[in-house]
Amino acid sequence: MDRELTRLTAAQLSAAMAEGEVSAVEVADAHLARIAAVEDRLHAFLHVAADRARAVARRVDDRRWDVFTTTDMPTTCGSRILDGWQPPYDATVTRRLRQAGVVVLGKSNMDEFAMGSSTENSAFGPSRNPWDLRRVPGGSSGGSAAAVAGFEAPLGIGTDTGGSIRQPAAVCGLVGVKPTYGGSSRYGLVAFASSLDMPGPPARTVLDAALLHEAISGHDPCDSTSVDAPVPPVVAAARQADVSGLRIGVVPELSGEGYQPGVLARFSEAVELLESLGAKVVEVPCPHFGYALPAYYLIAPSECSSNLARFDGMRYGLRVGDDGTRSAEEVMSLTREAGFGPEVKRRIMLGTYALSSGYYDAYYGQAQQVRTLISRDFEAAFEQVDVLVSPTTPTTAFPIGERADDPMAMYLADLCTIPSNLAGNAALSVPCGLAPEDGLPVGLQIMAPVLADDRVYRVAAAVEAALDSRRGGPLLDSAHGLDTGEA
Amino acid sequence: MSIARAEVAHLAQLSRLALGDEELDHLAGQLDQIISAVARVQEVAADQIPPTTHAVPMINVFRDDVEQPCLEPGQALAQAPAVEQQRFRVPRILAED
Amino acid sequence: MTVPTMPGVVPFSDAVARFDPVIGLETHVELGTRTKMFCGCPNRFGGEPNSLVCPVCLGLPGSLPVINRSAIEYTIRIGLALNCSIASWCRFARKNYFYPDMPKNYQISQYDEPLCTGGWLDVTVHDTPDGQPRSVRVEIERVHLEEDTGKSLHMGGSTGRIHGADYSLVDYNRAGIPLVEVVTKPVTGTGELAPAAARAYVAELRDLLRTLGVSDVRMEEGSLRCDVNTSIAPRGAAQWGTRSETKNVNSLRAVERAVRYEIERQAAVLDAGQRVVQETRHFQESTGTTSAGRSKEEAQDYRYFPEPDLVPLAPPADWVEEIRSRLPELPSARRARLQAEWGLSDKDMSALHNAGALNLVAETVSAGASPADARKWWLGELARAANDSGAELASLPITPADVARVSTLVGSGSLTDRLARQVIEGVLAGEGTPDEVVARRGLAVVSDDAALSTAVDEAIAAQPDVAEKIRGGKVAAAGALVGAVMKATQGQADAARVKELILGRLGQR
Repeated sequence: MDRELTRLTAAQLSAAMAEGEVSAVEVADAHLARIAAVEDRLHAFLHVAADRARAVARRVDDRRWDVFTTTDMPTTCGSRILDGWQPPYDATVTRRLRQAGVVVLGKSNMDEFAMGSSTENSAFGPSRNPWDLRRVPGGSSGGSAAAVAGFEAPLGIGTDTGGSIRQPAAVCGLVGVKPTYGGSSRYGLVAFASSLDMPGPPARTVLDAALLHEAISGHDPCDSTSVDAPVPPVVAAARQADVSGLRIGVVPELSGEGYQPGVLARFSEAVELLESLGAKVVEVPCPHFGYALPAYYLIAPSECSSNLARFDGMRYGLRVGDDGTRSAEEVMSLTREAGFGPEVKRRIMLGTYALSSGYYDAYYGQAQQVRTLISRDFEAAFEQVDVLVSPTTPTTAFPIGERADDPMAMYLADLCTIPSNLAGNAALSVPCGLAPEDGLPVGLQIMAPVLADDRVYRVAAAVEAALDSRRGGPLLDSAHGLDTGEA
Repeated sequence: MSIARAEVAHLAQLSRLALGDEELDHLAGQLDQIISAVARVQEVAADQIPPTTHAVPMINVFRDDVEQPCLEPGQALAQAPAVEQQRFRVPRILAED
Repeated sequence: MTVPTMPGVVPFSDAVARFDPVIGLETHVELGTRTKMFCGCPNRFGGEPNSLVCPVCLGLPGSLPVINRSAIEYTIRIGLALNCSIASWCRFARKNYFYPDMPKNYQISQYDEPLCTGGWLDVTVHDTPDGQPRSVRVEIERVHLEEDTGKSLHMGGSTGRIHGADYSLVDYNRAGIPLVEVVTKPVTGTGELAPAAARAYVAELRDLLRTLGVSDVRMEEGSLRCDVNTSIAPRGAAQWGTRSETKNVNSLRAVERAVRYEIERQAAVLDAGQRVVQETRHFQESTGTTSAGRSKEEAQDYRYFPEPDLVPLAPPADWVEEIRSRLPELPSARRARLQAEWGLSDKDMSALHNAGALNLVAETVSAGASPADARKWWLGELARAANDSGAELASLPITPADVARVSTLVGSGSLTDRLARQVIEGVLAGEGTPDEVVARRGLAVVSDDAALSTAVDEAIAAQPDVAEKIRGGKVAAAGALVGAVMKATQGQADAARVKELILGRLGQR
């Protein structure tokens, strides 16, 4: 019974609980049992709130990425500098979930301050991919993806700054969504890159993702950048699953060298599938997409170097070196040196450099101009088509440790996801099969115009339905990384 | 485009990061690599292109000048590394404001 | 690093004879909104430490700023009153530097897109060598908005200042208070009047801000803070000199003294063949001098970039016009109007200004006195009283309403001038309102003929020879008898009536 409960989708669980077939406490217990069984191998969680979860068990169970403030649990952002920090306020996303009756099972692991594509940058050790425990679950919200893909929880919440929800979703065989920028509130989301960060759902099905998307979205007066517009009808779209007549654009720049052949193969098949379902497919060049990665790696570190300045050991968190003789400046420097990992330091330094007087115009200033060019590429594209598609990430999950010392190689994982963060439009990753070389999941990325989030769900639902039907079941049923005779 | 080690040391100071020598050397090399890669933005940027800071253009988001509840001092200070006289105690400050 | 020996100072008149000073002022104004700039914490004083804080003004991870609409309105008001252009589109920017009183280690401010630009403020320098007031137009570079920092107590040292302290205690109650910065363009051509002009500018700005109702502008409390920039160049030089910036200038007098001292000091530096260092200096209240601050190796790199957590500010034209239509009568316009209404010369207005009597006179006139009377009392009797007690006119324990009342009593004949002075004395001594003082001291003019007749008869009887002279036609001799009656009635007799009675009694009517 336990095994079956953890295999249900959030939508199914919700319905079952509504029907009275199972209680929320039973669901919570089932997941906590699963966590206890596999967590030492997955290392997806930083904090499991067992008692609290049981106490609060209600309609839908959920696991949330440790970057949202919660008054009843520590929030560390995967970093030593915030080890043990207990926020005195809840993020808006947290509040909305509580209001929706969601049970939080715990806070999951992540790349430190959301910087990374593998969760290897967590100060607390990497999480592992349920498909193959020697491989990364993607990043930065790898813990969330691992937990959901490992059936430790039916849902998770992450934030997507450069692909941090979509890429882990792709390599773990999940659905991952980055809503339109401003669609969900960032109040209480520990900021990495303010103009790029956006909360969103990793989930096992398109409908589950849509349900969560709706629950956490909407205008928030506490966030000046949150959009004051109705939430797009994502749940209705997730149930629609019909793409006949839809115009779909393939982006040639998001393909080619550096892309794993198996990934490209599954991607092409997905495109053909969409055509067979009635969509019209054309190629739509986006000539500036090739500059998205460098622009991103100037803008994001710049904003983050400023956002992370507050972590100085003066008001909360780690304080190192205060022996009564040192100055505040020295204590700040020692604290930050000890509390931040190498990737974070790298990006802080890069950001400080890009913003320095004398360099601003050449780096940050020009990166913001590239951003305009990319937005214009999207606008022009969306005049010809309703959605754009690409692989979500160039390769399947790589082995833990393979790219850890090569930042540039690590950054390449975000090649396809970054343009949507820069332009702010909605984007989603849905599984489209396993790569033949390694049997690991491949993600199809669907991108829609700003505030047209429902379109990505519509297309994703169609793909999911068709592929599930072909397979005879959900993709995740094939994930055997955790099978050692243990449920 | 290369970045000198002295410049990296300066950046570390600006960012309040007490990097060790080895770390500085290592970072200098990596930063150099990254900066060369990201410098590509200069190929397409041009003066007439307006920069974008927000994806969805919005203006004039305000709040009314109305009081909202504050934190209790206990809450504000709860996580402080050091507290004295209901204030945050910090090490001696060098720079004049 | 060697510290150059101090060359001393050149006496002011000598310095301005050979050098032309250029001054500039940066003034920070704490706005009197109900809440802080980016959050709903109360904007007030006196709370327990760290009791007026929230995640936003504490800069806690995940917090986000939201702009206080009133702060924008107040700033536009200030810009319009200073004849500035209001930006049709502008943004906030982050000013990045590490300092424990700044919770985010960046300050949300404005950089290259201030809300108000251009503009001017005409000020009048009254304290001139020839007594003729001089008008100076101070041009305004920009007016922008930013958030204030927390406050630190520096512990363990002997002075309470940073230097020598062992540690600091930080209170964030004032972190996030809206702050407007008004920056002037360099002011040239004031010569020896530079110190007075600087002071006049700050005084005028302060009056303006108070009239606009945007701040309580108390320099002593820090709701109005000034940094003064001073440079000098040899007379006729093509380029300006290097400027110093002086901070900790906490009163109008300090503004004037700081500029004066800097001119003297910089003259001595140049005379000694050295160069003026571009630096921040600290005004020392007790000595009226400035001292060097910590030397900065290089200019700070604040790494400004547009604030990504806020969207741009684009005040609609109709909103700006609506604010403009609600501007009150500004101090300069008011002064011009009063001068015309009262028929005063520029010199007369200067006298009023120098005595600090303008508003007092205006209020006294509003309370019913004539302008002439009001001026007479405030510039005469009351100015003397203020001088004697070393107080400011405005802090004397007498109100314009009191003065107007006294004036009315004199006008109606209930008091003579002499009695009125005693009434004023009484009010100043804390004996009550004018009417109370009159009653208590029994100072009413005696004009009852019956009461006076007795005293008149007694006086005539006491000085028969004088009476004889008067009977003989020497009317002028009546003065002695009037004096006697006045004495007998403790000065409360209506002297004119007494004289009439005497003359009548002695057949000269």
